Amino acid sequence: MKNNPESRPQSSNSNKDRLFSGLMKSVVGIVVILFLVLGLIVFLLFKPDLSSFESPATKIPKTELSEDTLESSNEIVDGKDIETGLIAGKGLELVKANCTNCHSSALILQNRFTREGWHSKIVWMQQTQGLWELGESESVILDYLAENYAPQPPQGRRIPLSGIEWYELKD
Amino acid sequence: MTKSEINSPKDTQNTLKDRRSFLKKSTLATLSSLLGADIIHAATMPKDYIPVMLQADFDPMKGKSDGMIIRNEKPWNVEPAPHLLNDPITPFASIFIRNNGLIPEDVDAANWTLTIGGESVVKEKTYTLEELKKKFKSYTYQLTLECGGNGRAGFYPPASGNQWEEGAIYCSEWTGVRLKDVLADVGIKSDAVYIGYYGKDKHLNGDPSKVVISRGVPLSKAMQDESLLAWKLNGEDIPLAHGYPLRLVCGGWPASVSGKWLHKLVVRNQVHDGEKMMGDAYRVPKYPVTPGEKVPDEDMKIIESMPVKSIITYPKSGAMFGTSKKLTVQGHAWAGEHEVREMQVTTDFGATWRKCSLKKPVNRLAWQQWSIDLNFPQPGYYEIWAKATDDQGISQPMVIPGWNPKGYLNNACHRIAVKVS
Repeated sequence: MKNNPESRPQSSNSNKDRLFSGLMKSVVGIVVILFLVLGLIVFLLFKPDLSSFESPATKIPKTELSEDTLESSNEIVDGKDIETGLIAGKGLELVKANCTNCHSSALILQNRFTREGWHSKIVWMQQTQGLWELGESESVILDYLAENYAPQPPQGRRIPLSGIEWYELKD
Repeated sequence: MTKSEINSPKDTQNTLKDRRSFLKKSTLATLSSLLGADIIHAATMPKDYIPVMLQADFDPMKGKSDGMIIRNEKPWNVEPAPHLLNDPITPFASIFIRNNGLIPEDVDAANWTLTIGGESVVKEKTYTLEELKKKFKSYTYQLTLECGGNGRAGFYPPASGNQWEEGAIYCSEWTGVRLKDVLADVGIKSDAVYIGYYGKDKHLNGDPSKVVISRGVPLSKAMQDESLLAWKLNGEDIPLAHGYPLRLVCGGWPASVSGKWLHKLVVRNQVHDGEKMMGDAYRVPKYPVTPGEKVPDEDMKIIESMPVKSIITYPKSGAMFGTSKKLTVQGHAWAGEHEVREMQVTTDFGATWRKCSLKKPVNRLAWQQWSIDLNFPQPGYYEIWAKATDDQGISQPMVIPGWNPKGYLNNACHRIAVKVS
């Protein structure tokens, strides 16, 4: 320990060097990114017909989303979609596009299922009712349904007995 | 636990088990070491409950059954699971504890006095405990005491207060003198209509001048043979948590009219207006109200006789047995001022009812024992629901009865689950 008291300043110096070169690289990087972003903005301003950039639903295959749906009203009042009465939330647009195009939103509104429960409804609709493959939208739709239309504990009067600790009754 | 059904103490216990392991691992260990003492009741503490650190030495849980559920530790509020109430005469171990304030720990029984005053006595009079015992004939009765809020947990929208499930009820044997004999000795005026009690319990906020609870009964109830000034419970000194050394005991009414640590009685020329007699305390709407509705004070009335009710004390919910077993189901039934006339159970959710054998009460205001042998030839899951009918023809509802702001008088049928294989 005693014979290398200089090791500290040395390592400190090399740290400074590394820090400096790292900073320089970062500054260069930021300048490059700023340039690219500015370029992109200019590009978009002068090419407004590239509509796909404006829609968040770029990944949805054409079969799953009709143009009609995209143009339909999405007005939200009191946390609910005016058109369907569905709760506003992540996935609402996909639900409207893939579910309530064919059936009333009442089919959702009056039911409460777990994620698995809602999944089995989708599978049934696909097998018997002509529902298309939902692709990557499926998990978003299921998340929406499971979160907003989950089974709720019955309230008041007599809910089912729960938490029963079963035991062998001996004579 | 969510606003749970009143029939699932297991629910609580499951939660509590989780809680116990959590608490053991974390805060309780820390708290225990800080305090230099073990926190004994971690197992039965309610969810989200923060232990009170400054409780003194007296432990009201000493001698209580293992299955007691602590609803609150300051003030102490504790109830047994239903199967702990199987005895015809409830032993101390299974008696629920309900307090509005702090249990007095400086009780001096040797110098204890009872003063009877108020505007409707001829002259205020004070008795020592010994004088009461010697001067008046003593009587022993089994008296049913049920908390007005027993079953509160079943109400929706939730009512505030201790979330009692099934166990805030018991029937023990009280020994003392008749209040009416003592009142006759004091001398009461013709305008007397009500009595009120004062006890030695202490206010939670520590203010010694503040009365914790001072309730009472109309003179007609006070003058009943069974209304006692009692000093014995089940043949022994009343345990401290239950009112040592003297308690007013008026069976069949909300247990809060049976004042503990009794040291003063007032005879009133008006309805007693002591602490917890006004507002929504121990009062219910005069008419059926919409659940959740705000009810004006003037539309509330004082709870008097408790409604008809029953409890299944054997078997404990969750019993599993074979098809060949003859299951003897048993429990108690009571009806406030009235007697229970009929007891029935159903194993098919009320589609069919079977009549149970039912004993007469040992004395007026004592609960009654019932039992029935049941066979289950078909394996499966069953719920056994019990329903009492009083001598007025009034039965327990299967659903939760009318909502009221403080969640009193839930006398819905008790039920248990069994599995037959």
